[in-house]
Parts: sequence; structure tokens; C-alpha cells
Amino acid sequence: MTAARRRLPASFVIGALLVAALLTLVIISFVWTPYPATDLDIPSKLQPPSAAHWLGTDSLGRDIVTLLIVGSRVSIAVGVIAVGIGIGFGVLLGLVAAVWRGWIEEVVMRFADFTFAFPALLSAIMLTAIYGPGVVTSIVAIGIFNVPVFIRITRASALVVRSREFVTAARALGKSEWRITLEHVLPNILPMLIVQATIQFALAILAEAALSYLGLGTQPPTPSWGRMLNDAQTQLFRAPMLAVYPGAAIALTVLGLNLMGDGLRDLFDPRLANRR
Amino acid sequence: MFLARRFASFVATLLVASIVVFTVLDVLPGNIAEVMLGESATPESVAALGAKLGLDRPAPVRYADWMKGLASGDLGTSVAYDTPISALIGERLAVTVPLALMAMLLTTVLAFALGLLAASQHGRAGDTAVMAASQVGIAVPNFWFAILLSLVFAVKLGWFSATGFPGWSADAGGGPFAGLRALVLPAVALAVVQASILARIVRSAVIDVMREDFVRTARAKGVSRSGVLWGHVMRNAMVTVLTVMGLQFANLLAGTVVIERVFALPGLGLLAFQAIANRDLVVVRDVVMLLAAAVVCINFIVDLLYVVIDPRLRARGS
Repeated sequence: MTAARRRLPASFVIGALLVAALLTLVIISFVWTPYPATDLDIPSKLQPPSAAHWLGTDSLGRDIVTLLIVGSRVSIAVGVIAVGIGIGFGVLLGLVAAVWRGWIEEVVMRFADFTFAFPALLSAIMLTAIYGPGVVTSIVAIGIFNVPVFIRITRASALVVRSREFVTAARALGKSEWRITLEHVLPNILPMLIVQATIQFALAILAEAALSYLGLGTQPPTPSWGRMLNDAQTQLFRAPMLAVYPGAAIALTVLGLNLMGDGLRDLFDPRLANRR
Repeated sequence: MFLARRFASFVATLLVASIVVFTVLDVLPGNIAEVMLGESATPESVAALGAKLGLDRPAPVRYADWMKGLASGDLGTSVAYDTPISALIGERLAVTVPLALMAMLLTTVLAFALGLLAASQHGRAGDTAVMAASQVGIAVPNFWFAILLSLVFAVKLGWFSATGFPGWSADAGGGPFAGLRALVLPAVALAVVQASILARIVRSAVIDVMREDFVRTARAKGVSRSGVLWGHVMRNAMVTVLTVMGLQFANLLAGTVVIERVFALPGLGLLAFQAIANRDLVVVRDVVMLLAAAVVCINFIVDLLYVVIDPRLRARGS
């Protein structure tokens, strides 16, 4: 292994820096924000960038920088919980399918196929029609869509690991199937799951923004990037830049996560990196 | 054998999807007449709407009726619009379907052009540029890109209108040309993001197949570079590319719903949101079912195409 091979992939470094910057903002936002996020100041609405308001104010006089920082919290929270739901149910069902095979595997996999017919938006439309819009609707809708993703990847990679010699050896030693799964299979598929989780997190942030933009997700007065874009669209003629900032925040976050995911994949599996 | 299995699972998936949609939007809410009229409704009006919707009958009977309606195209009358739901949906499909097709066409053209360029330039500047651009494209939310497009081309340059749809008929002030024109920005917004993903898939699929022995054999036999590319490489790479295109279709449909909102296009998505605002659960149910069925159908069609492209699957089957 040469020094060059051991170096972190450039994409990972850039991605990690973007994500770290975002997380720092989120943490700071709990202690300090330039202005209170929900304070309306109608007289100073739609101000251009100034020393007092770095990126100006929105149609209700709220500070854009503050809204961007506080809005990131919703994105991150929804992403983490929704992907968590996907991992929790998906990995469990995927492992069950890989260990038990037979008709149980068939049922689990058909369930996964079927769930794919319901993109997060469709689930969100159904849930909103009955329970009304809100953060919980977003989380459940995006979470549901993440379950089959993790079922498929867990089962596929668990099957590969289970066919390896060390699993046969463990079985010969008399270890139970579940012990083998916990001690040998899970650690070996973990890198794959981490990479997928990073990518799904990025997709979840995009989905949350879309749902909030449509009014199905986060509701006012809680600031969110999607809501900000919805508000900005009504001011497109008067304050076009308002539509630029929140989208750029989403794009940079998603870009950071995707680059991190790509970098992690190269890091875990250097053979792939050379092929690409 | 392969086809029979796939067809059975296609029908089963559609059935399960319809049961889930029916359960979520009809059974779980309890009395949907109450949900539709809101908390301030009088018991009499709830009872009247309940009778109109046939809520006195057991759920399995209502489900069977709904299935019959879906099959025959008679979905009843919308409470909020007071028009037949099938006519309402048909009107909206005339916007959503052309938009989705336009976006898919643009996506395919862009993705293949960029993906093949990158693959032929593998490891060189063109490849790096395409990969970097697509990385950015994937990260951009399509509705934000749509807003930016309308900011530049509608608000600043005035080449297109920012919102609305003039209709396909010239009598109503629209026409085929005006209609297509209104769909250009929405279709571009959808396609650029989708093409970013697909271009990467095309590139890596082509690069993978290029390494196969049969490609070297074909070249050694004297088949030209472009002959190998179109006759051998593309055919084999298409299996992977089609899988992703099938998966992308669900995204495209969801994206269409969002983009319709950005440009205030009167398509299925906007109908769904109006139905939610009107608490018209019956229309929501039909629209959701239609969208879910579209995703399932496309995946089935992709399965059929595999068999056309890769005859080995026909023999393998079970």
C-alpha cells in the first residue's frame, strides 16, 4: 500500500467539510442566531443585504441568515429520523430474509417491491388527506420509502457474506444462525449500509424540502428550506434572490452528503475506486 | 415462464396497492363523510354525504364497487367539483402525461449524449467535466431549478410565461404550439436533474461492457468501433440502464407533481392538492391509485423489455 493509496479521497474531504460546516451551524443555532427566528418585523421587509442583515430580509421582515440556519434543523432532523426508520425496519427484514430464505424471504421481497410503488410524495399525499400536513407526515412518508431500499441492500449483501468460508467455519463451531448474523454478517455489511445511509440521507433532505415546499411537510412558523422557497416564489418579481439562498443551502447539503457517500465507498472498497 | 411469473406478480402488486390505498383512505379514517365535511358539520349533512357515498355498505362491497369503477372508467361524481371524476382526471392527464413524456425524452437524450461522451473520454477532461456537472445536477432540488428557470426565462427574459397552461385547443386561446411552449421549462427542470443520475449510469454501464471479452472478440473480428458500440455494447449496457430508467420513472412522476405546483399547471398533481384542500378523499384516492398504478405498470414494461433485449432471460425464467 503506497502513501497515495492511503490518502482520503478528495471527494470525501470536500463532502465531509460541507457536512461538518452544516452541522456546526446547526449546533450554533441552538445557542445563538443573528435574530430570533420567528420574530416578524414587517416595516423592514424585503431589505437588500446589509451589515445588519447579511442576506437581507423576507416578506415578513425576518432575517434570511437566521431562517437558513434554523431551517437546517428540520432538514437534518427529518433526514435522520426517516433514514433511521428505513434502517431499523429494512435491515431487520433484510436479515430475516437472508437467514430464513424460503417463503419468508419471498414475502419480504415482494413487500419491498410493492413499497417501491409508493414514492414518499404519494404516501405524503395520502397521509395529509387524512391526518393533515406536518413534520410527522414527512417523516413517516420518507421513512416508509426508505424501508425497501435497506431491505434490498441488506439481503443482497448478507447473502454474499453468508456464502463465505468464515461463516461456514462459524457454523461448524456450532454458533447459532443469529449469533453468526450479529457477529459476522452485520459487521461485514456495515460499510455498505453506511454508504447507503449517507445517500438516503441526501435523498431524504431533497424529499423533505419538496414536501415542505408543497405545504405537506413542516408548517409555519417553523422555518424550513422548502417553506422559504415557497414564500420566495411569491416574491419572485420583487426579491428574486430570496429564491436563490434556500435552494443553494439544500444543494450544498445534498452535494456534501453525496460526495461523502462516494468517498466512503471508495474508502471501504478501493477496488471500485480504481475501476471508476 | 419468466413472463407468466412477472405478469402474476404485476397483477398481485396492483391488487395489493389498491387494497392499501383503499384501506388508508377509506377504512382507517372511520367515517370519511365526517373527514370530508370537517368538524363543524351537522350530523344530518354527514349522514347525507355518507348516503351519497354509499358508506352504509360494508367496506369489502365498497372496495369491489371501486374496483369495478376503475375497470369501467366510471368513478362517480366529485363532491367538490360536481363533475364526473373520470372526466376530471382525463382533463388533468392531458397535461401530466405530455409533461412526463417530454421530460423522459429530454432525460434520455441528455443522459445518453453525456454518458457516451464521458465513457468515450474515460479518465480524460470530458469525463471529469460530465461527472462533476452531474454531481451538482443530482444535488439540485428539481423544484428549485424550476423556480430558477422561471426566474431567468420568464421573469427576466420573458421568453415563457411563469405560470399557467393555455390548453391544447385553439378555441380556448391555446393550441398545440402554445401548449408545448408552456411545458418546455417544466420539462427541462425535470429532465436536467433526472439526466444527471442517468448519465452516470449510462457511462458506467458502457465502461463495464467495454471490458467484456466479447467486445474484444468483435473488434478482433474486424467490427468497427461504432459497430461494436451500437451492436454489442449498447445492447448489453441497456439492461442496467433500463432498470434505472424504470426506477427513475417513479421519481419522474413524483417530480411532475411538484413541478406542476411551481408552474401552476393544471395536471394530476395540482388536482391532488386541490382535492386535499377540499378534503375530497374520493378524488385523492383515485389520483393516488392512478399514480401508483403507473409506477407498477412501468416497472412491468421494463421487465418485458429485458426479455426483448437479453434473450438469455427467456430461457432462464424460473
